[in-house]
Amino acid sequence: MGEMEQLRKEAESLKDEITAARKAVQDLTLQDHVAGTAVVGRVQLKTRKTLRGHLSKIYAVHWGDSKLCVSASQDGKLIVWDSYTTNKVHAIPLKSSWVMTCSYAPSGNMVACGGLDNMCSIYNLKGKDGNVKVMRELAAHTGYLSCCRFLNDNEIITSSGDCTCVLWDIETGSQKTVFAGHLGDCMSLGVAPDFNTFISGACDFTAKLWDIRDGQCRQTFGGHESDINAIGFFPNGNAVITGSDDASCKLYDLRSDQELITYQDSGIMCGVTSLAPSLSGRLILAGYDDFNCNIWDSLKAERVGVLSGHDNRVSCIGVTPDGMACCTGSWDSFLKIWN
Amino acid sequence: EAFGTSYHHTSLHHTAEMFSCVFLSIVQMEDVIARMQDEKNGIPIRTVKSFLSKIPSVFSGSDIVQWLLKNLCIEDQVEALHLGTLMAAHGYFFPISDHVLTLKDDGTFYRFQTPYFWPSNCWEPENTDYAVYLCKRTMQNKARLELADYEAESLARLQRAFARKWEFIFMQAEAQAKVDKKRDKIERKILDSQERAFWDVHRPVPGCVNTTEVDIKKSSRMKNPHKTRKSVYGLQNDIRSHSPTHTPAPEAKQPTEEELREQIKFGQAQLDRHRLKMSKVAESLLSYTEQYSDYDPFLCTPDPSNPWISDDTTFWEMEASKEPGQTRVRRWGFGINEVLKDPIGREQFLKFLESEFSSENLRFWLAVQELKKRPIREVPTRVQEIWEEFLAPGAPSAINVDSKSYGKTTQNVKDPGRYAFEDAQEHIYKLMKSDSYSRFIRSSAYQELLQAKKKFGVCNFFKYFLKMCLMPTKTTFFDESTLKTVILWNFIIIYNSCFLFLYIINCNLFL
Repeated sequence: MGEMEQLRKEAESLKDEITAARKAVQDLTLQDHVAGTAVVGRVQLKTRKTLRGHLSKIYAVHWGDSKLCVSASQDGKLIVWDSYTTNKVHAIPLKSSWVMTCSYAPSGNMVACGGLDNMCSIYNLKGKDGNVKVMRELAAHTGYLSCCRFLNDNEIITSSGDCTCVLWDIETGSQKTVFAGHLGDCMSLGVAPDFNTFISGACDFTAKLWDIRDGQCRQTFGGHESDINAIGFFPNGNAVITGSDDASCKLYDLRSDQELITYQDSGIMCGVTSLAPSLSGRLILAGYDDFNCNIWDSLKAERVGVLSGHDNRVSCIGVTPDGMACCTGSWDSFLKIWN
Repeated sequence: EAFGTSYHHTSLHHTAEMFSCVFLSIVQMEDVIARMQDEKNGIPIRTVKSFLSKIPSVFSGSDIVQWLLKNLCIEDQVEALHLGTLMAAHGYFFPISDHVLTLKDDGTFYRFQTPYFWPSNCWEPENTDYAVYLCKRTMQNKARLELADYEAESLARLQRAFARKWEFIFMQAEAQAKVDKKRDKIERKILDSQERAFWDVHRPVPGCVNTTEVDIKKSSRMKNPHKTRKSVYGLQNDIRSHSPTHTPAPEAKQPTEEELREQIKFGQAQLDRHRLKMSKVAESLLSYTEQYSDYDPFLCTPDPSNPWISDDTTFWEMEASKEPGQTRVRRWGFGINEVLKDPIGREQFLKFLESEFSSENLRFWLAVQELKKRPIREVPTRVQEIWEEFLAPGAPSAINVDSKSYGKTTQNVKDPGRYAFEDAQEHIYKLMKSDSYSRFIRSSAYQELLQAKKKFGVCNFFKYFLKMCLMPTKTTFFDESTLKTVILWNFIIIYNSCFLFLYIINCNLFL
């Protein structure tokens, strides 16, 4: 047992050394640096469109381009919207109504979804006869599918309640890489702008950065006091934003390997369900359990706006690739487009 | 108090285990509620004399709003109402004359909920409990506590569902009603209202939000399902089978030797990584947001307009057109990634490099990016093609890679995968960034695009001139210098045409 004790001691001392190394580069905090910058003025966004059509709680929404988005609801439907005209381009009935996530491929050719069925189902939108059919069912996870994101038409990354993330080859339906390391359910994932890495947030209160190519976990970030429900990259690809049940969001920087700032407020008592940065990253829009969405100045950590209009929890949020609008999806069965 | 307060303290411990995901927000809310109930600094609770009787233990909606504004860091009344409604929806206080749990900033009377019924006790009351409750209500003085329509419907439904054990339910309801009758009138009023508020949370009025609903991702993680299924009225419930989604949480186990070694390996790699100073990181974040704020539609109005607001899709039409606008071209100057991200940028970059006969680097980079998106069965052939074109001895578009990357790539090509050229691509990317890209940005081709010096043909001039006259709003993407050029050339053409016309007429006159 002496060896185990030694190993444990070594692991502990390494942790302390890492903490010290992180402190060593804290020559200035983000707050100090931006002390001279003014807070972004009050941001007031209005609802421009309301997308009606779902009959039950909306669990996920994802933009395909500046106008098309896909949403998933507990009514067992995946709807592809032309949100500018509010028309439903596709209404795809699902085998399992317990859907938790959906994703639009960057090419616009496919959408994917999954949930309590532990599978990621890929649908081809550009089939020959115009019908939308299941193209692949990616099954291997032993827990619910919490999030999925396409890398391209051949590869997709999924995160699951079985504490792992997986990179799949869609054509063969096989697992290419399994990213294991989290100690709790993986709730959310985000792909880096350069598609070389991705981040995952889990119920072990940590966020991990993974290298897609070699399957290794490159960095781990802690600090949250409860489940991390939402995660996303800062637009420059060098920082990560997380949202948690502890009612706060945090910004972690990859290059200095630590937390830069926390976004919280004594008036907010509900968990964060979803988040999305604006195009420049200066604003962070975060959806909460209390039916509202708060807009944060990412550098000054002050609330600069609120989106209220939903009658139930905001479960998902996304900003268009061109930054023109954001979409919120809620348990009240509506999607709203704001800017 | 009738339902017992001691239960509350032990239940908080259970809460931590069972509902870790909602624990923190509930604790925060209950903290505020405790402060609201404080004798000295809380909300003043009073008994109000009404027409025939007294209304005990109440406070008004405005009292709540004022207290929140004074004691919490809340900006305005709207936010106070929002937070207050949230607390009411969770059942911490309730309007005494309404089933709908919202907060109104007026004289409406509210009462505090007893801690026994607080959400931290993890209630998941069964329908048998609800049936007992509704049945009991029908036994009470109908004038005071008549069932609402939706409650009467629920009762009818429950009677059908529990037809076999209705006698048992009826007996329970009778027993409860007997106990209630013995109570002091005032105490009964309070307890009845609190019980009703509890059911308003767990069986809300149709159309109202049910705050007890939990995200299915979380509910499938909850531990100890049996502990939460306790009866409000002490009834024995049928053993429920595990829901198929429920997976018992793994016991926190000690790491094995192998896991420890992995942790140490990971820890060592972490320790060895280079960390950038926070000041540098902060500076880079600040400059990035500043640089891109002009392009962020939430901060700056886009040019010509935001299609969502103006209903004018010109912005998207311009993005899709082959001719890039000035703002778009300016963005390419921010870094090589902007050029590589934009299809028109790539096109222009390639065109420039081809004019200099140095396009092989970019073509290689583009080919490798494209390779990564191919279906796996096409990868081996494509890898071979790229190798032949760019790296093999005597390759037609030979690129210059460092010997280490070259060696690695030679090996990779023997067992080709999507990332066979990763090292070479990284090397080429760095080369392009420092060399080709900076030449491109300094080139006259790029500068001309940046200043939008367009070489117009005669037809184009007329076209743009007409467009300007007939649709002034849609030609707003012209900058001043281009506008001047267009107008000038149009005048020159018209002037010359007139001159020519007069000359011809003159000739004819002479003839």
